[in-house]
Amino acid sequence: MSNPSTPDPGPAPGAAVAADAQGMTVVARTQAQMVRRRFFRHRAAMGGLVVLALIVLLAFSSIGFASVPGWWDKDYWSIATVENGGRPTLSVLPTWLGGSGMHLGEHPFGQDNVGKDYFALTMRGVQQSLTIAFVVGLVGTFIGTLVGATAGYFRGRTEAVLMRFTDVMITIPLLVIAAVLGRRYGSSGIVVLGLVIGLVTWTGLARLVRGEFLSLREKEFVEAARAAGTSARRIIVKHMLPNIVGVIIVAATLAIATAILLEAALSFLGFGVQDPDTSLGKLISNYQTAFSTRPWLFWFPGVFIIAIALSVNFIGDGLRDAFDPRQNRVRD
Amino acid sequence: MLVFIVRRVIVSFFILLAATFVMYLLTANAGNPLGDLQESRAPNREALIEARIRLLNLDTPAPLRYFIWLKGAAGCLVPFAMECDLGQNLQGQDVTALLGVALPQTLQLVIAATVLAMVLGITVGIVTALRQYSSLDYTVTFSAFLFFSLPIFWVAVLLKEYGAIRFNDWLADPSVPIGVAVVLGVISGLFWMIVISGDRTRRLTTFAAAFVASAGALWLLSETRWFEDPGLGIIVIAVTAVGIAFLTTALVAGFTYRNVLYAALASAGIGIVCHFALASVLDDPSGLTIVGLALVTVAVGLGLGYGLGGLQRRQAMQAAVLTGLGTGALLFLDRLLGAWDTYSDQVGGRVIATIGARTPNFDGTFWEQGLDRATHLILPTIAIVLISFATYTRYTRSSMLEVLNQDYVRTARSKGLAERGVIVKHAFRNAMIPITTLMAFDFAGVLSGAVITENVFGWTGLGRLFADSLRAVDPNPVMGFFLIAGTAAVLFNMLADIAYAFLDPRIRLS
Repeated sequence: MSNPSTPDPGPAPGAAVAADAQGMTVVARTQAQMVRRRFFRHRAAMGGLVVLALIVLLAFSSIGFASVPGWWDKDYWSIATVENGGRPTLSVLPTWLGGSGMHLGEHPFGQDNVGKDYFALTMRGVQQSLTIAFVVGLVGTFIGTLVGATAGYFRGRTEAVLMRFTDVMITIPLLVIAAVLGRRYGSSGIVVLGLVIGLVTWTGLARLVRGEFLSLREKEFVEAARAAGTSARRIIVKHMLPNIVGVIIVAATLAIATAILLEAALSFLGFGVQDPDTSLGKLISNYQTAFSTRPWLFWFPGVFIIAIALSVNFIGDGLRDAFDPRQNRVRD
Repeated sequence: MLVFIVRRVIVSFFILLAATFVMYLLTANAGNPLGDLQESRAPNREALIEARIRLLNLDTPAPLRYFIWLKGAAGCLVPFAMECDLGQNLQGQDVTALLGVALPQTLQLVIAATVLAMVLGITVGIVTALRQYSSLDYTVTFSAFLFFSLPIFWVAVLLKEYGAIRFNDWLADPSVPIGVAVVLGVISGLFWMIVISGDRTRRLTTFAAAFVASAGALWLLSETRWFEDPGLGIIVIAVTAVGIAFLTTALVAGFTYRNVLYAALASAGIGIVCHFALASVLDDPSGLTIVGLALVTVAVGLGLGYGLGGLQRRQAMQAAVLTGLGTGALLFLDRLLGAWDTYSDQVGGRVIATIGARTPNFDGTFWEQGLDRATHLILPTIAIVLISFATYTRYTRSSMLEVLNQDYVRTARSKGLAERGVIVKHAFRNAMIPITTLMAFDFAGVLSGAVITENVFGWTGLGRLFADSLRAVDPNPVMGFFLIAGTAAVLFNMLADIAYAFLDPRIRLS
């Protein structure tokens, strides 16, 4: 079978016809191919992926990132005169439907109190949310996997110490510890904030990975590797981790969704991103009282938070189904 | 089992100790507690700084300061022998006193909401599991994903605007235009069509019936000016009570033998009679009277079940008690709504509140005060329920699906057991085992989860205390909050472990 991804069966034509007639044609697929196939067939997850990709593209191309300029001509810090009460100029209704045509206008999302362009502000907030989510996901997943794998593989005293430490960290509610850390590090920039939040969000994954490792380490292939004199590090990285990569990826995706909402909540409470920078949670917090007069200041950041969190959650669900199709079986 | 529990208690204690230590160090480093004074231009600045250093023992390094704090906190373990001292806040108030004020508020807010979220979430989860891959299942799954992608503060602001401000405006002249009634009727029709799935004819009939019923009811309520002085009325109460009787019977025993149904119906009937008999007692009762009446209801229910139950005595007692309590709740609701008119006048027509736990300086009858609390609770409760309801639905659904695939469920079916028995007795109980853990986690988490809700809705509970103190770099109240939240977390995790071991013996033995 030269190209396993094509649906055509490989065996001799005569045999294939007979097998086809019985519905018995089986295409050999590797584990990774099966996972990919199941994931791409998950409609909600694909939808989530597309939406997320569009949002990432929009946020990073419009106002640019770091020192790279984007295609949008305004920035999120310049103060301007408020035109037309700061009303959004975005119009999506074509003229033949009675709207004013599809155009962005001068300030598609309107302007805030001091005339800053709200589109640029929102895009900056999206960038912040995505950055923090990425950093938290990376740091949390790395630490969680490390702690869980070490505890589960070595057992004994190492496990006792590590898991008791995990218990201690799990006792402190996530929002509480994140708020205390955010109070200290919120002003040091989004990446630092993401790092410290990542340092406290690994506990769930550590427990999960340890549980998987406890059963994996008793398997024959691990025994064989150990008997062959393989080092512990190599057994963990090469032999055991690939077996639970699904669990880790799914947990990481869901941790990213949690991190987005957590950052928004922290910034809303004032313990996250600090002035002059901004984030989606902070925008909502700033303009929650303006809702009855200028609702768009409240709607746009909110819709973006929900869109990001929802698409990440859907992707996570799709990945879970792809890695563990047993959970989804139809009742007999 | 005893050894297991004792070991668990000891471990939990040390975990809590370590967690407070970690938290203390983090809090001590969260900011500069002298920051506001160092920037101030007060003439006695040096003296103020000196006083605060003494108040917070700032000249001791943080790890040692923890032990000073711990010594005071240890007193809280022995209620009468030693004094419970959690230090003071920056204004010199005792933290224990602050917590004493804040804790009841938070409990009021979260307990009802969490219980409601659990009941709703588990019910919906089971129904979706029983109808896997129906349109209901897809709708609920999508809503669950949507709900836990919602930032709670965003929902809260929306609720304040539409649930309170605009709703109160509308209450000033409550009329439902015919167009709105039709639209709401269509929505209700679609809702019921999704819930009661089936073939095309059944769907269309459901849609039509729900549409006519909802739109008609709205139109009728609007025409009769019901919204100005809402109430249930005895007919609605009676019909609903009978409905409750049938529902509890269906869940507890099924309709094969009639005894259970008779007991439940009798219970509902006595409840409705009491509506008239107790009218004078219920004009302005005390909280104690209500509790007393609830106890009497339970007793009467037990008696009815015992007398009428026959062979199904136990089920009859359960059904009668549940029906009695349900009917009582209906009567309670009716009385609360009865106070609507006078309450609305007293608060100037702004019935649904957006801020705080009660209207300041409000005084009235038991029902008016009850309504006052209810109108303050309703929006934060909706916000909390929306968010945590989703988790329960998902977990219950997957747990139930898992159980329904087990061999013992197939065995139960092949024995010829009725579907009700299979689901309620064999599947549901086993599906609930993993959910207990989730419940325990959730109860532990709600105390801290209320931080945002309390901030948006202006409740002066624990979460508000925490956020305000952290903002002002005031370490002692933050630690006081954590002591409660952390103890709750440890305690409930421990209870979850013990409950799990109790429910699933395999855990204990391994």
